[in-house]
Amino acid sequence: MSNENPNDLRYTQTHEWLRDNGDGTYAVGITDHAQGLLGDVVYVELPELETQLNAEENCGVIESVKAASDMYSPLEGEVTEVNEALDGEPELINSAPFGEGWIFSIKPANIEDIEELMDADQYEAFYQE
Amino acid sequence: MSETKHTPLFDKHLEAGGKMVDFAGWEMPINYGSQVTEHKQVREDAGMFDVSHMVVLDFKGDNVKTFLQYLLANDVAKLKDQGKALYSGMLNHNGGVIDDLIVYYLADDFYRMVVNAATRENDLKWINQQADSFNIEINERDDLSMIAVQGPNAREKVISLLSNDSAEKAGALKPFFGVALDDLFIARTGYTGEDGFEIIVPNEQATDLWDKLLSKGVMPIGLGARDTLRLEAGMNLYGTDMDESISPLAAGMGWTVAWEPVSGEEHRDFIGRSVIEKEREEGSAMKLVGLVLEDKGVLRGHQKVITTQGDGEITSGTFSPSLGVSIALARIPSAAKESCHVEIRGKQLRSRIVSPPFVRNGKALV
Repeated sequence: MSNENPNDLRYTQTHEWLRDNGDGTYAVGITDHAQGLLGDVVYVELPELETQLNAEENCGVIESVKAASDMYSPLEGEVTEVNEALDGEPELINSAPFGEGWIFSIKPANIEDIEELMDADQYEAFYQE
Repeated sequence: MSETKHTPLFDKHLEAGGKMVDFAGWEMPINYGSQVTEHKQVREDAGMFDVSHMVVLDFKGDNVKTFLQYLLANDVAKLKDQGKALYSGMLNHNGGVIDDLIVYYLADDFYRMVVNAATRENDLKWINQQADSFNIEINERDDLSMIAVQGPNAREKVISLLSNDSAEKAGALKPFFGVALDDLFIARTGYTGEDGFEIIVPNEQATDLWDKLLSKGVMPIGLGARDTLRLEAGMNLYGTDMDESISPLAAGMGWTVAWEPVSGEEHRDFIGRSVIEKEREEGSAMKLVGLVLEDKGVLRGHQKVITTQGDGEITSGTFSPSLGVSIALARIPSAAKESCHVEIRGKQLRSRIVSPPFVRNGKALV
C-alpha cells in the first residue's frame, strides 16, 4: 500500500508536504506515511482564510477515530484557500493524501524558505530512521 | 516490568496484518488496516476479537455462592439456571469499583468469572484476600484462550462449525447464557451491542478455531473497533469510565447493584454496601450519561463538560462510525439534563445529553 512520496513536493519533519500551485501559492497536506499512522480520518479542523501563520505554527487538527493530531504550517505565510471538500469527506486524507486530500494553500512570506524543507529522498530517509 | 505477553493467537494477528500495540502488558492488534471497516463488519456481518488476555477464574467449593454474594455488588443468587451469566461490579470498602466482570453459574459449587486484563494482578490479590476465610478453591485458567465472535451473522457462523449435538445446544442458548460443549465454553455474551458468542477454548485449540472462523468469513477485529463498538453500545470501559475512586452509582452501574435479597434469601452485606447505600439515600452528586456532539469535532476523554448545573468531564469519547457523529460517555452533575457544552481546544461545542446505548443490534437509538 505504499504511496510513494512525489518528487516534486517538499516535506517537513512533522509530515506535511508542500506543492507549488504555480500562482505564488503552495498547497499543503499530510503525507501518506502520516495518514497511515493516524488511521481513519473523521474530522479536519481547517485553518481560517487569511490567517497569518508562522513556520511550525499549529494551524489545524486532524482527528482520526484513534486520536487528534495537530497540523503545523510548513513555513511563514498567509492562508489563501482551504479544502472545503474535507468537511464532507475527511477520508480523502486517507485515500488521496497527495491529491484530493490537500488541506490548505499558503502564500509564503519568503519564497526562499521553501529551500529549507526536505525533498522526497530526504523525507523518506528521515522517517525511516 | 515484566516482558510483553503474547496470546496463543499472536501469529494469527501478524498473518492478518495486525498493527500491534501494547495493551496492559499484552501485544495486541489495534486494527488490521481500517478500524472503521472493522467496526462496520461487526455491525453488518460478523467479526472476531482475540480477548485471550482477559482473565478466566474458576471458583469451586461449598461456600462459593456465599463468598460471591459478599464479594460482588450484584447478587449471584439471581442465577438459578445452569450457565446463566451476571454482570457485576466488584467494590472496595469505600464503594469504589475495583473491576467490572461477568460471572457464570455452572453448579452450586462452581462459578466461573471473567475479569479485565488490565486489572488482573489487583483483582487476584483482592479476591484472594477476601476469600481467605471462605475455604474455596480459586483457579486462574491461563490454559484457556477466548475469542469473541460478534455481529448479526456471528451465531450462525459459529454454529455451522459445531457438531450436530453441540450446534443444537449453542443454537438454543438464550442471551446471557453459556454452556460447556466438549472442550469449549460458549456464551451468548459480548461487548459490542450485537448478538454473538464469546468462546472460551483451550490454548492449543485457539488457532484452529480462529482459522475455521476465518474460513467462514468471520473477519478479525482489533481493539480499536472493540472500543468504538462498546462505546456505541453504551458499555463502560474499566479504568476509563470508572475506577476505584468512583462508585457504581456515579458510573451508570446502579442497575447492577442488588440491594434487595432475592426471594428466600437473607439480607446481603456485600463489600462497599454501607458507603454506596448512604450515597443512594442522599442522591449521587454525579451521573454517567451519553453525549452526542451537535457541532463538528470529536469528543475525547478528559474534555470539560459545561452544564447549567456545574461542570463535568468526558470519560470516553470517539467518532461513532455507525452514526457518523461524535459520541461520548461523560460524568456530569446529576441535575443536568437535555444539553450541555463541551470545551474542545478553547471552543465550546454544543452536545445533547442522552441515555446510552447509542446503537444496539445495528440500529441507532439516539
